[in-house]
Amino acid sequence: MDDIVTDNLSKSYASGWPGRPPFVALDGLSLTVGRGEIFGFLGPNGAGKTTTLKILMGLVRATSGTAQLLGQPAGDVATRRRIGFLPESPYFYDYLTAEEFLGFYGRLAGLNHAALALRVTELLELVGLVEARTRQLRKFSKGMLQRIGLAQALIHDPELIVLDEPMTGLDPIGRKQVRDLILSLRDCGKTVFFSTHILHDVEMICDRVGIVMKGRLVASGRVDELVRQDHTQSVEVVCQQLKVEGNAFIHSLASRVLQQGQQCLIVLPTPDAVDALVGEIRRQGGRLLSVTPHKASLEDLFFQEATQEATRVLPQMTSGRAS
Amino acid sequence: MGAIGVIAVNAFRESLRDKILYNLVLFAGLLIGLSVLLADLSITEHHKVIADMGLAAINVIGVIIAIFVGISLVNKEIERRTIYTIMARPISRTFFIMGKYLGLALTLFVNMAIMWAVFLLTLWLYHVPIHPSLFQAAALIFVEILVVTAVALFFSTFTSTTLSAIFTLGLYVIGHLTADLRSMVANHESGPIKSLVDLLYYVCPNLDMLNIKGQAAVGIAAAPEFVLMASLYGLVYAGFLLTGACLVFQQRDF
Repeated sequence: MDDIVTDNLSKSYASGWPGRPPFVALDGLSLTVGRGEIFGFLGPNGAGKTTTLKILMGLVRATSGTAQLLGQPAGDVATRRRIGFLPESPYFYDYLTAEEFLGFYGRLAGLNHAALALRVTELLELVGLVEARTRQLRKFSKGMLQRIGLAQALIHDPELIVLDEPMTGLDPIGRKQVRDLILSLRDCGKTVFFSTHILHDVEMICDRVGIVMKGRLVASGRVDELVRQDHTQSVEVVCQQLKVEGNAFIHSLASRVLQQGQQCLIVLPTPDAVDALVGEIRRQGGRLLSVTPHKASLEDLFFQEATQEATRVLPQMTSGRAS
Repeated sequence: MGAIGVIAVNAFRESLRDKILYNLVLFAGLLIGLSVLLADLSITEHHKVIADMGLAAINVIGVIIAIFVGISLVNKEIERRTIYTIMARPISRTFFIMGKYLGLALTLFVNMAIMWAVFLLTLWLYHVPIHPSLFQAAALIFVEILVVTAVALFFSTFTSTTLSAIFTLGLYVIGHLTADLRSMVANHESGPIKSLVDLLYYVCPNLDMLNIKGQAAVGIAAAPEFVLMASLYGLVYAGFLLTGACLVFQQRDF
């Protein structure tokens, strides 16, 4: 059972000038998020993450394609009772106190007075804002606003939680708290879909990720699968008493060679050449200190996709200009 | 309380916590005080001057609040992005617009009630007779304020705050002139000018119909049927504008 399904979702904005092509924010995005999953939606600034989230929440209408949340079309009013949402850099009614603020969103979600009183206290404790319960939001720091924003997204105990850049503005402790909170939500059977450009957070907590570039989904799947599939591990070899200068064989194997005094670091692009390199080091009388396989990270994959996207788009732009 | 009620109460609370409203009420008090001063300076008819200035002050203050709070009612939500979290709740866009309108209407009612109480106190202190016509005038002022609020809200669903203010103010002025313009060109030969004025007359709100302050100040009551019909006209006009606002708002991307 999938909680989020998008099929060929596109969104373009008119340029406002006749003859100018529309700006394409999303270009045929198809993805699924299963029930009980934590799904990280990755992409650089302007990639289309927020547009996707806005379409899912019914704030923006897709130009084409479909999106479904919890089996209903995106934007369905009744379904929103089962969804929690935190927008990017949220702005709230700053004249409200933390308690009034959560009360307001709870009442909008249809909670009754008794249930609301309990839930407000529970959530203020969860996000560590009990002491600020009677303080107006205009006196909150950025991190506190982010936390109260998370609390409003959870006030009605939703099944699906959609978060746009939830770690933004948080210090390392705050980020850890949010990560723990997301994990605890999954433990309670909730589905969490969040966008971010902080790769470390995604790698730590997400079951699956999707990478969006220029409005297109360029990769999607489990983090370990994506990294294993798409990126070959490199190997770092450190040795001593080896003169690499002028050694054409070593230079032909390595992607990078660094000589610092007696020590030498040789980076191999693939593990295949390790045996050949070790043999050459021994032949030259060098002393092997370490062989470290460099585990490819999501960051490597992210940059690889970004580079590929740039090389794909650049010739198009150049040819477009030339014509 | 339904979703409309929750939005309305919050809009009311927002207005109350906005210090501009308190300043305007204070300003109304000052204007009413000024009317007393002017009445002292006038040789005759000082009762009429007090009543006239008081009603005018209530009208002007009410309209100013209606325009300047009305135009920012929806725009502010979009510009400050508070709309994102509201629209993510199980509330339709129509209910949101209605809630915001009712919240401001409630604010305006409370403000007007305060100004009305100050006004009646002033009349009582200066032994000015309190005619039923004054109540009629106040009722129609409130209807006018409701129409102006709907106009401001309508424009704010698709234009910027500045343009909404200009359009609303423009429509308010035209709304007070269309009846006069129509009578001026009644015997005019030019067809297109007559047609244009007729168009303005029927499209723009006839706010002059809701203005009986002059006769009310001297104690001449309007026919109850007229007050009823004028109120109905204003409310129906506001209803059309709100429907338009809801339709426009339905199509908006945020």
